[in-house]
This record gives sequence, structure tokens and C-alpha cells, in this order.
Amino acid sequence: MWLKLSAWAVVLFLHLPLLLIILYAFSSEDKSFVFPPPELTTKWFAVTLGRTDVWDAMKMSAQIALYSTAIALLLGTLAAGALARTQFFGREAINLLLILPIALPGVVTGIALRSAYHSMEIPFSFWTIVIGHATFCVVVVYNNAVARLRRISPSLLEASMDLGANTFQTFRYIVLPQLGSALLAGGLLAFALSFDEVIVTTFTAGQQTTLPIWMFQELVRPRDRPVTNVVAVIVIAFTFIPILMAYWLTRADEDSQNR
Amino acid sequence: MMTANSAPYLKHSWVNKLSDAIYLNKSLLLALLLAPPLLWFGIIYLGSLLSLLANSVFRLDDFTGQVVREIGISNFKSLFEPANLDVIARTTLMALLVTTACASLALPLAYYMARYARGSTKALLFVAVMLPLWSSYLVRLYAWKMLLAKEGAISWVSQKLQLQWLLDALLATPVVGGPSLSFSATGTFIVFVYMWLPFMILPIQAAIERIPGSLLEASSDLGANHRQTFSNIVLPLAMPGLAAGSIFTFSLTLGDYIIPQVIGNSTLYIGQVVYKQQGLAGNLPFAAAFSLVPIVVIAVYLWLAKRKGAFDAL
Repeated sequence: MWLKLSAWAVVLFLHLPLLLIILYAFSSEDKSFVFPPPELTTKWFAVTLGRTDVWDAMKMSAQIALYSTAIALLLGTLAAGALARTQFFGREAINLLLILPIALPGVVTGIALRSAYHSMEIPFSFWTIVIGHATFCVVVVYNNAVARLRRISPSLLEASMDLGANTFQTFRYIVLPQLGSALLAGGLLAFALSFDEVIVTTFTAGQQTTLPIWMFQELVRPRDRPVTNVVAVIVIAFTFIPILMAYWLTRADEDSQNR
Repeated sequence: MMTANSAPYLKHSWVNKLSDAIYLNKSLLLALLLAPPLLWFGIIYLGSLLSLLANSVFRLDDFTGQVVREIGISNFKSLFEPANLDVIARTTLMALLVTTACASLALPLAYYMARYARGSTKALLFVAVMLPLWSSYLVRLYAWKMLLAKEGAISWVSQKLQLQWLLDALLATPVVGGPSLSFSATGTFIVFVYMWLPFMILPIQAAIERIPGSLLEASSDLGANHRQTFSNIVLPLAMPGLAAGSIFTFSLTLGDYIIPQVIGNSTLYIGQVVYKQQGLAGNLPFAAAFSLVPIVVIAVYLWLAKRKGAFDAL
């Protein structure tokens, strides 16, 4: 009984702040975070719709996330194909190398990239951000793809070969259809991760303002509290959808790992 | 009929040759698959880390403000100045406290998820932990800025519950207090715990999930009550999960510069020093040297955890 209560209390602790975000987006107060909000209004949504800086930042973040996800999908799938069922010298080292960008603190990855750009005299641009994001997104795709590849029975591949398919046809008609939803899930999570990333981004961006950088500036020096409140709700909605879809697509992988 | 069948084969003969070569030579396939990711990670990521190491032994010329590419240990000497040691000690202590708090909050939920929750409740709890893990870090930080503000929800609740004196006493305490929760070390601590909690719950849950049910039955058959079973059977076997989770909570706390900047008093943490040194001060070499500190601290932490046997059951 105590266990059940404390478990649900922790869940509440995790989610109350998110509910508060939604409440504040409707608050009529624009100077402070007074609780409870004096009145509720929807006018800030209209104000936010008219803000070009918010929309530009959102577009920039979405583009960066798309390119990073595309690179991560390619590299993560290849790495998963190579490491899923093989044993060779250096395999663990490669595995570690893929995990390192998210296992090490964000400032380390950020400043490492920054010092490399600095030494090579590469000016900061859209692409310097994409390179950083793609690097730490690979592991997300990789994890999903490896879990799925290990579930595909090898006898299916042998059967396909026995029936006369070549390696490419086996990949196209047997592996890819089974891998598809895991890749979609990995891609969605990579997109959410990149769309939201701020630490590495601040080190690899020049004048580019992504949505997280816009929000970070607002957090340090609040200028438009009501607009920030609404942007927060939009970001929550924007990230919850891919996360829930990714969960739904990989439920079976989770179950089989737990068993 | 023959020609019709053999025509596509002839047309794609090079494809089939390549296919055969790949099938017969597994290491060729491995090399083809591994080349692109290895090139990317080898050149971009390892290259960056090497450049970080290289920069950490360079120094900044005080007069010209340019990086001098000579090898020296001046940056590492400055690390041992009292002000910098202070930052390192404060950040490490915070990381330890956050890890301990995350572990004690995560254990009951993880245990409940793994052993008691069934069916749709279990799925719901899993999603409830996963959503905050993946959803926006900045938005969740923003939520805490609202909660901890002087006029915010926590103050309001403490007033309604006649507990204002407790909050005031906490804020009046030196070190942990401050003008309001959002400008105090207590606030920084709470937000760190909130942010990294899901990273602790999921590995512990996975570890408890792997404990065979027969072990727990045997324990209760032999007369242990719930509490004894938990502390003698479940906790030791959950250790690998706890260790895995603690690597996340520890490393994330050491490297974060956003949370202490937004919520907290003006004392600095490692991440903030790195950010300020490379940004405002333009001293990339010193920032590079300082960013190696969390790596060393994590390495020491892992070594200690390993010696304590935290990974034995892996």
C-alpha cells in the first residue's frame, strides 16, 4: 500500500510541472508567475501566431532536426547491421564510441566540436549544428535498430536465400519490412532529441537561433513571458506526439527485452 | 522461356556477383557496413575530442588574446586554484546528492512498475516515465521557474497549508537558502533531481524485472517479510540498474550549465565555468582543460563503483 502510494507520488512529481505549463499558457498575467493565475485567456495564442521570430526559430529547429535525423538514420542503421549479430575484435570499442556523445556531459561534446571548428577555422553555420546533432542522434537509431535486428530470426534470411533471392533482395524484402517500424521509432526519437537540444547547440551555433536557444534566452532574461508560456505548450505538444508514436511502434521490442 | 528468364539475370549479373561476394565474404559486408559510421565518428567525433585535448595544453596569450599553440600545463595548474577547486568540489557534491535523491525516489516506483503493476497500468506507468525523459528539457526547466518563483505555486501551497514559516526558515538558512526558491541552491538541487529522475527509474526497473519471481517466493517461504525481501533480495539485485542510472545522473549533473544558470544563486558549477571561459572570456584552452574535469570525476566514480561491486551482477 505504501509502495503503491509512493510510486504514484513520484509519477505526480514528474507530471505536475507539465500540467502547470499548460495552465500558465492561459494566464492573463504577463509580468510575473503569480499562482493561481488571476484570469484565464486565450489571447496569447493569437499573439504568438503573429510572432515571426518564434516561427523562424521553429522552422530552423525543424530543419536541423530533419537533416540530423536523416544522417543518424543512415549511420545508425549501418552500424546496427554491422554489430547486431557479429563478434569481432574492437566491437565493444565501436559500441562505446557510438554511446559516448550522449554518455559524456553535453559541455564536453559541445566544447570538443567547438574547439575542432575553431582549429580548422570552419565558420559556424546551419551545418555545424547539424553535424553536432547528427553525432549524438546516431545512438538512438542504433539502439532501436539493434533491438529489432536481434529479433529477426536468421532462418528467415536463410529461407529467402534458399529460394533464390540475392543479398540485396533479402534485405529489401525480408529485413527492411521488419526493420521499418524500429527505424521510424528511432527516427522520431532522434528528431525529438535534436529539436530540443540546447547545450551542444550553444557551442556549435553562430548567429543561428533555434527554438531551444530562443527559449534559453527567454529563461535567462524574460522579455515575453506570455509568448514563452505558449511556445512551451507548443513544444510539449510537438515532442509528445513523436515520443508516443515511437513507444507504440517498439512496444514488442521492449517486451522481449524484459523477458 | 529460357531467354526470358535468363535475361534479367544477365542484366543484373554484376549485382549478383556483388551479392555473392558479400555473402561469401562476411568481413567484406562488415567493412562496407562499418565504413560510413566509423569514418563519421572517427573523423568528426574522435577528431573533436583530440582537438579538445590539444587545446587544453595550449594557452591564451594575455596581451593579444590569441591561442598560443605551445604545449604547456599552465591550464592544469590554474585548475588547482582555490576558486576552481571550490567549483569542482561543489559540482561533485551536488552530483552525489542528486544521485542519492534520484535513487531513493526511483526505487519505489521502479519496484512497483516491475513487480506489482500489470497490463494497462504498467504500460501507463512506463509512458509516464518515458514522456518526461524525452520531452523538452527547457520547457520542464521553465515549469520549475514558475513553480519556484516567489509568487509561484509552491509559495501559494505553503501559505494555504500554514507552512510559510517552514519555507522561510529554509530560505533563511545559509548555503541552501536565498531570496526565493528559484534563487537558492535548494532550488537547483530540486530541479536537477526532477530532470534526471527518469534516467534512474528505467534502468532500475529493467534490473528488477530480470529478478526471477521464484527468488522472491523462496525468500517469503523462508519467512522473510516484505521489508526483509526488499533489502536482502531485491536491492542487491537492483544494484546494476542503480549503477547504470547513477552514471547518467552523475554525468548529467556534472556537465550541465543551463540549470544552475536559470535556477540558483550565483555560485558557479563546472559547466558554467566552461561556458563562460570559452564564450565571454574567449579562453578556449582553459575551457578545454576544465571540461576534462567531469571526465576525470566520472572515471573516478566508475572506478569506485566497480570496486564496490556495483557491476558484478551485470
